[in-house]
Amino acid sequence: MNRFDYVRAGSVAEAIAAGAEPGAAYLAAGTNLVDLMKGGIARPERIVDITRLPDLDRIERLPDGATRIGALVRNSDLAHDPDFARSYPAVAEALLAGASAQLRNAATAAGNVLQRTRCQYFYDVASACNKRAPGSGCEAIGGVTRAHAVLGWSAHCIATNPSDFAVPLAALDAVVEIEGSAGRREVALEAFHRLPGDAPERETALEAGELVVALRLPPEAAGFAAHARYLKVRERTSYAFALVSAAVALRMEGSRIAEARIALGGVALKPWRCREAEAALADREATPEAFRATAEAALAGAEPSGDNAFKIELARRIVVRGLTLARAGTPERVPALPASPFAGAHHA
Amino acid sequence: MSIPITLTVNGIPRTVALEDPRVTLLDLLRERLDLTGSKKGCDRGQCGACTVLLDGRRVNACLALAVSHDGAHVTTIEGLARDGELHPVQAAFIAHDGFQCGFCTPGQIVSAVGLIQEGQAGDDPERIREGMSGNLCRCGAYAGITEAVATAHAAMAGASGLPGGYLREDAA
Ligand SMILES: Cc1cc2nc3c(=O)[nH]c(=O)nc-3n(C[C@H](O)[C@H](O)[C@H](O)COP(=O)(O)OP(=O)(O)OC[C@H]3O[C@@H](n4cnc5c(N)ncnc54)[C@H](O)[C@@H]3O)c2cc1C
Ligand code: SF4
Ligand code: FES
Ligand code: FES
Repeated sequence: MNRFDYVRAGSVAEAIAAGAEPGAAYLAAGTNLVDLMKGGIARPERIVDITRLPDLDRIERLPDGATRIGALVRNSDLAHDPDFARSYPAVAEALLAGASAQLRNAATAAGNVLQRTRCQYFYDVASACNKRAPGSGCEAIGGVTRAHAVLGWSAHCIATNPSDFAVPLAALDAVVEIEGSAGRREVALEAFHRLPGDAPERETALEAGELVVALRLPPEAAGFAAHARYLKVRERTSYAFALVSAAVALRMEGSRIAEARIALGGVALKPWRCREAEAALADREATPEAFRATAEAALAGAEPSGDNAFKIELARRIVVRGLTLARAGTPERVPALPASPFAGAHHA
Repeated sequence: MSIPITLTVNGIPRTVALEDPRVTLLDLLRERLDLTGSKKGCDRGQCGACTVLLDGRRVNACLALAVSHDGAHVTTIEGLARDGELHPVQAAFIAHDGFQCGFCTPGQIVSAVGLIQEGQAGDDPERIREGMSGNLCRCGAYAGITEAVATAHAAMAGASGLPGGYLREDAA
């Protein structure tokens, strides 16, 4: 790990001032940042510790019915908050399907959304990587690409975003609340992570020194609570990143779908919202044929970036399964194996 | 620049002058306080051997910068037994053969104490396995570990109340 100066911020204003210095990085729980620093992938000159900032560790229900998740709310506290989990069950399930209990106890809401790609060439400082070292090339292309993107990738970077939490947040139209030296602003979560294009080193909408202070779910997000699921396919049932995941939420009127929300994880460098597929389901009967057509539409633009064509059909099937399970209704309790498509199946 | 920090470790306040802010909580415990029960398996958050209770919650000590946790309470495997009596989780690991080489065991036991306190798993083996998935065991002692956690949970019943995780108003 490189040497760095340590600054403990006592207020948001102090954090922003210290964070605007070149080479500065914010430290929340550090479960991603410290890991990257140990590997020499991140080499900040100054660490601005934001864990003591007041009032950012609260979950607030706002008068209009929106919910504001403070940047420092721990992943496990959010997932186990009874009101939150009942209002946004797919978000709770996604959180509980991520990492391990130890990591979720530490990890913060903003830190999770801002975690960086797990592309193994990004992690290996001996490999060329346009994201880590702009202009150096992309060693993933032509390499081992099982986990890489099938949507929104470019000739400069084919990595995926690893966050589970961000997937249902995108489906539910969450908003990122940002504080910076120029004041406060908001960005839709869907527009927060950037696709790689020709500048994969620019990862989010944050400008240097800007701090995420909260994530907000709009009032209508709770309207999907009765029919919402998160499904995640990984190489093992727990403690593994997604190969493909999907957040699916329906607003039902009888047997008819009034409104559908679908977002995919593990397929692109951002949580992938499937708006056209959603629109085609609105005001339709919830039939298997409609679900399969929706899945086709959701992956319409997909293309393998290497040895990962399997992800495209896998994602279609996860969309169908997600829609089928969401239609059947949110389970009473988070399944014993959260987000597992094998939950309920017999394990030897 | 030396940074003094104070941690209450297994009930005892300890002040350490950090010469460098790069020290992790795990290295502080092992190298500075001679508490080598918490193990360094991967040092990258992937194995759980370094699990400690930080302000009562299980976390990976290898990814926590010590300087960020000034003032915190830390419980390690060394702090679980009371007056020469093993903690119920420790006793259950022995009774159920929840280990072979023992390297992962301190992390497993501290993690199990955290899991039982969190109150999400109850005695459901599937929920116990899921709740313990952050602790890898290279010897594959998982069957004994799951039984040990279920037994300890029963012995400590009442400590954690009803299992949580309910998603619907009409449930629970
Ligand atoms: C072994 C392992 C397995 C994992 N598996 C999964 C998984 O299956 N699914 C999953 O979703 N995640 C997984 N994770 C990732 C984990 O969820 C993240 O490490 C965690 O959520 C990051 O939160 P943090 O508070 O520790 O962030 P930090 O590490 O402190 O910060 C992460 C990044 O965000 C920046 N940052 C933090 N807070 C702010 C803020 N408020 N404003 C601006 N910038 C900020 C930091 O500068 C840093 O760049 C895994 C991690 C490990 C180590
Ligand atoms: S895919 Fe992206 S992150 Fe991975 S090596 Fe290529 S440029 Fe780097
Ligand atoms: S040593 Fe901390 S998780 Fe492996
Ligand atoms: S007992 Fe040997 S690693 Fe678990």
